[in-house]
Amino acid sequence: MCVFAPSLSAEAIPVKNASLMPLWSPQAQFAGYYVALDKGIYARHGINLKILRAGPGCSPVEALQKGSADFVIIWLTTALQHRSADTPLVNLAQIIQRSSMMLISKKTAGIKTIADMDGKKVGLWEGDVSIPPRTLFARQHIKIREIRQSHTVNLFLRGGIDVTSAMWFNEYHTILNSGIDPEELNIIFLRDQGMNFIEDGLYTMEKTLDKDPALAAAFVDASLEGWRYAFDHPDEALDIVIKYMREAHLPANRMHQKWMLERMQDLMTPVHPKGALGQLVEQDYDAVGRTMQKSGLIQSYPDYKAFVWRDDAGKK
Amino acid sequence: MPGKNSIVIKLVLVITFFSTVIFAVTLGYNYYRSRVILQNELESNARNLAMSLVNRVETQLTAVTKVTEGLARSLETGNYNEQQLLALLRRTVENNPEIYGSFAAFEPYAFSPNLHLYAPYYYRKNGKITFEGLENSYIDFPYPYWDWYQIPRELGKLEWSEPYFDEGAGNIVMSTCSLPFYEEINGKKQLKGIVGADVSLDALTELISSVKILKTGYAALLSRNAMILAHPLKDAIMNETFFSIAEARNDPSLRALGKKMIRGETGFVHYTSLVGITSWMYYTPIPSSGWTLAVVFPEAELLENVRKLSITMAAMGLVGLVLLTLAVIYIARTIIKPLQLLTTATDEIASGNFDVALPTVSSNDEVGILTHDFQLMELSLKEYIRNLTETTAAKERIQSELKVATHIQESLLPRLFPPFPNHTEFDIYASMVPAKEVGGDFYDFFFIDDNNLLFLIADVSDKGVPAALYMMVAKTLLKSEGQRLGEPDKILRSVNNILAADNESCMFTTVFCAILDVNTGTVRFANAGHNPPLIIDSEGVRYITMKPGLMLGAMTDIVYKTESIALKPGETLFLYTDGVTEARNRNEEMYGEQRLLEAMQRAPKEKVTEMIHYISAEVTRHADNAPQSDDITMLAIKITKLVSPLPDPEGAEYRLINSAVNNVNIEREGRSA
Repeated sequence: MCVFAPSLSAEAIPVKNASLMPLWSPQAQFAGYYVALDKGIYARHGINLKILRAGPGCSPVEALQKGSADFVIIWLTTALQHRSADTPLVNLAQIIQRSSMMLISKKTAGIKTIADMDGKKVGLWEGDVSIPPRTLFARQHIKIREIRQSHTVNLFLRGGIDVTSAMWFNEYHTILNSGIDPEELNIIFLRDQGMNFIEDGLYTMEKTLDKDPALAAAFVDASLEGWRYAFDHPDEALDIVIKYMREAHLPANRMHQKWMLERMQDLMTPVHPKGALGQLVEQDYDAVGRTMQKSGLIQSYPDYKAFVWRDDAGKK
Repeated sequence: MPGKNSIVIKLVLVITFFSTVIFAVTLGYNYYRSRVILQNELESNARNLAMSLVNRVETQLTAVTKVTEGLARSLETGNYNEQQLLALLRRTVENNPEIYGSFAAFEPYAFSPNLHLYAPYYYRKNGKITFEGLENSYIDFPYPYWDWYQIPRELGKLEWSEPYFDEGAGNIVMSTCSLPFYEEINGKKQLKGIVGADVSLDALTELISSVKILKTGYAALLSRNAMILAHPLKDAIMNETFFSIAEARNDPSLRALGKKMIRGETGFVHYTSLVGITSWMYYTPIPSSGWTLAVVFPEAELLENVRKLSITMAAMGLVGLVLLTLAVIYIARTIIKPLQLLTTATDEIASGNFDVALPTVSSNDEVGILTHDFQLMELSLKEYIRNLTETTAAKERIQSELKVATHIQESLLPRLFPPFPNHTEFDIYASMVPAKEVGGDFYDFFFIDDNNLLFLIADVSDKGVPAALYMMVAKTLLKSEGQRLGEPDKILRSVNNILAADNESCMFTTVFCAILDVNTGTVRFANAGHNPPLIIDSEGVRYITMKPGLMLGAMTDIVYKTESIALKPGETLFLYTDGVTEARNRNEEMYGEQRLLEAMQRAPKEKVTEMIHYISAEVTRHADNAPQSDDITMLAIKITKLVSPLPDPEGAEYRLINSAVNNVNIEREGRSA
């Protein structure tokens, strides 16, 4: 695809403006998009992309509904909830292929299984991101003492909570680099508990897609190309990510971003034999939909073909 | 020039090498000890420095802690309305310059049932104390979920927060000291909220950053998460933890060190600092906040003076070594030079020039003595060589004279064979091999008239020149008397009287003297103490038995007796001296008469020449290269044909011969018995 596309697009495709709101402020979790932007990959695909400010207080779904963002990165669970609430959003590509959410406790707490968490103080994030652990606790009929946790891990480190929610690519590493060794922790991946609530995906509104499907296609292609470039040139990718972090006045720890980029590569690698980069596998989709429906989080979920704009996102 | 083995080079190499080794070891030990001493001193210096810094930080933190605790107590005991509360908070900030801001954050609806969240906050904004409602400051993330609220709330105790950027309210990097306060409702203690005071991290770390240790040493501050709070690496502040740097360096030991630090341990370690310099670090916790303070001393700077001193010492040592080497070369040269001159001179001497002048040495050392000894040796050698030359010349003269004497003696004996070509009646052959240049043995044969051949063999006692001279006399006398007298007994008697008459040297000679009548084959013979000859006839080989007779020269008036035998054609008479029978081999074994007899039985008998050569060869074989001790002389005569042989073998002469032969046998039997 890439051999002729750049020259063709440069000539034939008129430059279109588009915007993307990631799930959070700049970090290697979104390396592919910042790399694609910085290396002119979006431009080569005829897109003048603006990556919008994200992070605390910014809701990608709201931005999508209001039309302030053309494309967003949200979790599959979030997307299904909103789709169920009649927000006509469409999955353009599934970035993360395996859930990276985990529940971490210190070995000294003696929590080895989900059942052990009964009655314990468990840190949960506010909002959609707490859906998977809540669903898991509900399914196992466990009552936890829920504590809303912030974006630092200090409450957990100081012993304010027994269990903390963490993303493998982010908080887990922060805990390690606060001086706690992996051997001192008990780790439970939600995906190992039958809760493979695969996270980051690229979404847009149906009407945006209908208006300009070529733009969406170009956006997905350029984004995935950005990811491939980032994995092929990790040092350069980290430079780019850290540059955007500095611009956003965020502390930028290169080792942390390196860890994040490497874990993103692990998480994006297709799990299914027929899977491809960016592809939402129907089986994964159904599993998430079914679990959510059973847990009463959604009434119903749409047919795979209706939810996924293109089931061959990465194959082209 | 001398090569690698020269004494000069050896001396220089050995002395320089060992001096260098000794010096290097000394220098190394000095450096090592200095290092250890410095290190010991350093540890206490570092501890003192760190403790003074900790005390200063701790003083500030304790003050803030006290104020916060006081605030909590006030709120728990007093019943403050909103205005009083605000005044209290404002006063707290005003009265405590180390406090950046102070707040009281209430649990939802705890301040007033109508008010969800309430958290008044006074802080220093651009130098002015300003009010802010924290319930409004954090729009996206309400205050109950901030660490400074949540952690003391969950733990129920005072906590110093991890330093954070207070975006939305204080807008600086700060650490907050906060603790819960309670109210009693129906005798039950219930959480009402969190009070706290902020300190500016910059204000705290300014003290630490301003510490200068040597040139590039520094003091550093780490949080409880090992987050870097104060450090010369500005980019790392509030961004890197000790562990992320350990991860970047892939250095497990650094991570282990970080873990000790956050556990609140105190230590003194040698490590590679975060700025990548080998350093010594003393670390110790700040008790109230659980942070870690570290002072870092770069090793290279610490050891700079020691290093400089060592370099100076090394330079001095190097110069010393060069001087020492030069001195060694000089001394070695002064020792070696006379030796070299002496060597040149002795080379000359060795090639035969004994007149070469030896170097003059004034010193009285070993070399001087050696030169003196060499001079003496040269003189002795010269003297010796002169003597040797003279002796050799004398010896050569005697040798040549002896050679002449040998010739003369040889020429005296008849050496032309066959001697009488016109006499076909007999064959005669003789040989004399002297043990020295000249010998005492001799033989002779000559015709005393037309038909009678006188032949004799003699052996002078002693050997060499005296024997030869005596032999000359004896031979001359025997010849003249032989021709005059014509009978063996008369000849011997006459010669004996002449020799014995004036024999001061007491020399003797044995003689076997015989006269052959070539016509008849009759041999008349007399013996003066000589070995009995062998006869080889048709009956074999045997020794002739003769009447004994005293050797010539012993005493006068000895009577000898003539005996006779008759030889037939083909029969041979073999005469020899004791040089044959007494020839010794290396085991001092004599050849002996028996061996001679047996050899003669095997010897070729056709020609007397061959016979004598064969016996000669046999004797040589027996001697087996042992030096010949006596002259070896042999004579053989063989009758070939007779003009008028004796008519009857039954004749008286024959019996005589037979009786002679029998006597030999008897005598031999008697001897062997």
